Amino acid sequence: MRMMTDTSLASPRSTNPFSGLMSGTTGPVIVVVLAILAIWYISAVILNTPFQKEMYERASRDDVPVSQLVSDTLAQERPVLPAPHQVAIEIWKTTVEKKVTSKRSLVYHTGITLSSTLLGFLIGTTLGILLAVGIVHSRVLDKSMMPWVISSQTIPILAIAPMIIVVLNAVGISGLLPKAMISTYLSFFPVTVGMVKGLRSPEVIHMDLMHTYSATRWQAFWKLRLPYAVPYLFTSMKIGMAASLVGAIVGELPTGAVAGLGARLLAGSYYGQTVQIWSALLMAAFLAGALVAFIGVMEKVVLKKMGMAQ
Amino acid sequence: MAETMERLHPRDEDGGIKMTNNVVEAKNLSLTFQTNDGPVHALSEIDLTIEEGDFVSFIGPSGCGKTTLLRVIADLEQPTGGAITVNGVSAHQARLNRAYGYVFQAAALYPWRTIAKNVALPLEIMGLPASEQQQRISKNLDLVNLSGFEKKYPWQLSGGMQQRASIARALAVEPDLLLMDEPFGALDEIVRDHLNEQLLQLWAKTNKTVVFVTHSIPEAVFLSTKIVVLCPRPGRIYDVIESNLPRDRSLDIRETPEFLEIAHRVREGLKAGHAYDD
Repeated sequence: MRMMTDTSLASPRSTNPFSGLMSGTTGPVIVVVLAILAIWYISAVILNTPFQKEMYERASRDDVPVSQLVSDTLAQERPVLPAPHQVAIEIWKTTVEKKVTSKRSLVYHTGITLSSTLLGFLIGTTLGILLAVGIVHSRVLDKSMMPWVISSQTIPILAIAPMIIVVLNAVGISGLLPKAMISTYLSFFPVTVGMVKGLRSPEVIHMDLMHTYSATRWQAFWKLRLPYAVPYLFTSMKIGMAASLVGAIVGELPTGAVAGLGARLLAGSYYGQTVQIWSALLMAAFLAGALVAFIGVMEKVVLKKMGMAQ
Repeated sequence: MAETMERLHPRDEDGGIKMTNNVVEAKNLSLTFQTNDGPVHALSEIDLTIEEGDFVSFIGPSGCGKTTLLRVIADLEQPTGGAITVNGVSAHQARLNRAYGYVFQAAALYPWRTIAKNVALPLEIMGLPASEQQQRISKNLDLVNLSGFEKKYPWQLSGGMQQRASIARALAVEPDLLLMDEPFGALDEIVRDHLNEQLLQLWAKTNKTVVFVTHSIPEAVFLSTKIVVLCPRPGRIYDVIESNLPRDRSLDIRETPEFLEIAHRVREGLKAGHAYDD
């Protein structure tokens, strides 16, 4: 009885069984994922049909029912567009069912890429912060460095990456560092720009306060500019991290495809292994998502510790 | 030491200027901002003397230069003409000596610092030892009735409490001079009355010289021993009113004829000085 009255009193919106799900973030995320999967499957069928029909013709089969055609397009060995479940199975096989040390393990390749991503990100973030500090405190650096910082990003990374690898190889530096350099090249930029903005963002009244204490520039930097820039730093670090991963993968392409997600992509395209390419791509996307989420968690912890988040 | 002696016993030589007893002394001060629309005369021919222990209010309509004048005293703006001394030295030297505490229109507390840490900010910059910092923090938070809020962050406090914290921060420097730029302008009238009363008690207790910018006539008359009425275009002093109200006053004084008489004179000054040409 009580239930009845409650339901009748409740607004029409809350009687909808989906409203609870849709009001959070889980519902919309599931809907988007389902939509992507649906589009993916439909595209896979459409894109793989011509090859499948060719196969039927060669085998002189004309009366293939549509259901058979659809299931065949989703089970090709080297499809134009592999179906999601094919990629999922490939990822499962190459992560869970392979030893981590195996060259066929996706975890092994992901680890290689991750290490140069992190090293490059670390160097890039440090460089970015140092550049920003210089630019904010020196008019000369501001005028002279900023145009270079910006134009450095207009050069296509695909063009410069092999140069860096080749040049560094010639002077005897190979392995992790050249790849990390490319990650550095991509990731210092958002950090520089974000930190310059952050270090310049204190309100006039806060800077005036420092003046009334006749604080040195150094004191104003440590006690005002730097804490003020922390939220900006985390935002630009998220962008820098994603860029760093792209840099690491691009850096692996011209190394002769030894190891790493980039090597996996290259090997896959050599041999037409589209399933392998797509699983490496998805792995890279998961990795980027996880890395950015990790920075997000760090941001929350740090800002809470600073008393800036409630 | 010699300086202190001079301050206690100002020389009264014939023709000699008694700079040392005056906390602020401005002579023919002017400040012109160069803008794209031509020069703006923010301050013009300002002659002003503020003596030790005074509570001086600058009152006037917006654009009259009252905040600019305060900022010149604080060496946050440089005058383009005339001379100004603070504590007998140039405004610049006075700032370097940390001769004053400045309270802004907004509390301007740093959001990543607790209330205690905000009060500690100038003390850290001065490089005081931790024990001295601790002692000054508790003393000054106590003065503004904020004991017990040391560990709170600014956003956990009301607007009035934030402004009191910023006053404690200014007092922590232990300056003889307190410069306040419409500190209670953003607060509602009830809170403002309350803080005005507290400020007077604070002034009586600490015996500081206060320069206070406001656009509220009752606030100016209630607080001040001396009211400087400014008028705009160019920003200049129209009238200086010495208040004969007793130093020890409560909010009830606002009903007395003496209070109303001073308020009337301020209002007349504002009206005449404003020169309504529309």
